Amino acid sequence: MNLAQRLRLRAQTLGAIRAFFAARDVVEVQTPVLGPATVTDPDIESIAVPGYGFLQTSPEYQMKRLLSAGAPSIYQLGPVFRHEERGRLHNPEFTMLEWYRLGFDDQQLMQEVAELVAVVLGPGNVQTVTYQQLVGDLSDRGNVQRSELDLRFAEACESLQPGRFFVVDYPADQAALARLRPDNPSVAARFELVIDGVEIANGYWELLDPTEHERRFAADRVRRKTLGRMDVEPDQPFLAALRSGLPNCAGVALGIDRLLMLAQNADRLDEVLQRPEI
Amino acid sequence: MLEGDPCTILENEFVKPGKGQAFNRVKFRNLKNGRVWERTFKSGESLEGADVVDIDMEYLYTDGEFWHFMRTDGSFEQVAAAESAVADCKDWLKEQDVYQVTLWNDDPIAVTPPNFVELEVTDTDPGLKGDTANGGTKPATLSTGATIKGVPLFINIGDILKVDTRTGEYVSRAKG
Repeated sequence: MNLAQRLRLRAQTLGAIRAFFAARDVVEVQTPVLGPATVTDPDIESIAVPGYGFLQTSPEYQMKRLLSAGAPSIYQLGPVFRHEERGRLHNPEFTMLEWYRLGFDDQQLMQEVAELVAVVLGPGNVQTVTYQQLVGDLSDRGNVQRSELDLRFAEACESLQPGRFFVVDYPADQAALARLRPDNPSVAARFELVIDGVEIANGYWELLDPTEHERRFAADRVRRKTLGRMDVEPDQPFLAALRSGLPNCAGVALGIDRLLMLAQNADRLDEVLQRPEI
Repeated sequence: MLEGDPCTILENEFVKPGKGQAFNRVKFRNLKNGRVWERTFKSGESLEGADVVDIDMEYLYTDGEFWHFMRTDGSFEQVAAAESAVADCKDWLKEQDVYQVTLWNDDPIAVTPPNFVELEVTDTDPGLKGDTANGGTKPATLSTGATIKGVPLFINIGDILKVDTRTGEYVSRAKG
């Protein structure tokens, strides 16, 4: 694909996504890219901007603050930043589509994610696999280090091809900000979308309880310390918003560059970034 | 250094699940035996660096057992490389040309030729006049003893050919 074709494909895709949400009455928002606080997630490092704070690794906290303040269902398309992530499928700056649906659970949101992907890649069936099916028996889990598990998971995801797959039933300690399943609290109401072996989206039936958020942030900070990573103060305005009440909702973040990569049959992210020299 | 041997990194792929730890999937070539290994490392893991340097040296001669090279820095210091170090480039070694010699603890473990070398044709079928544009090809033997295929029919014994050492293929006639 030449430069003009790549630029057209991206512009048309973004247009189709905006039309998709307009038809469903989901409102576009644009929250700050530079914020005073950032995520505690031990495996996501933020880029610090001295004197200002951090380039946002996802618009999640800012969008949830809007939802807590009374926003309707919202979506956002924009740049996010991750420190030291560079490779075939990574770039420190990438385009994320993130959206939140009031009143949805994870099952309803998965359905919508499948529909949105079909708009970009064409119709296709999405199969469902569980985390346990991917990494194997977890009964010996006590002896398996988290890093070993992450590697097994990463390699199993790469083998999910060709085709579209939802990965579900993440263990409770990998819930991130998803609630635990009410009927089975050993797994989280979290899903990921993997297409042709590439991780495309990560979504939650959102955790609402502010105390549980604080507990998870504290656990993140302990793990950060164990791993020798920089300490991160929890985002206080976000916690305040949760205390005022985040409405029941489900949300998902989707990597637009990776989706475009698949749409143009490329196998490197480099081939879709808007740089003239490729 | 990997398992006691110096290695060069051929590929280093960054692998990371969105909510998980980062890894590097690394392909190495063992500089001592040429074998390729693949290993996955957790981000933050480290390996001992090998005391390996690449320096330009002039090829002097071979005594059949060792291939002798000399530093080009005016010191006239020489090293003798065993066959294992020159195995991949023996076909391209021309006396007085400069090659990259990899020294591990001052011991030559690999010799890398330039991407292109110019060598004289010592044997080939007679040239066919007037067949310069298209048409067939033939093999030719070069002064180093190497035989290359795909040489145009108009090439004669005594011609100097430019050869791509990475593919072993004919590139052009240098002069002749």
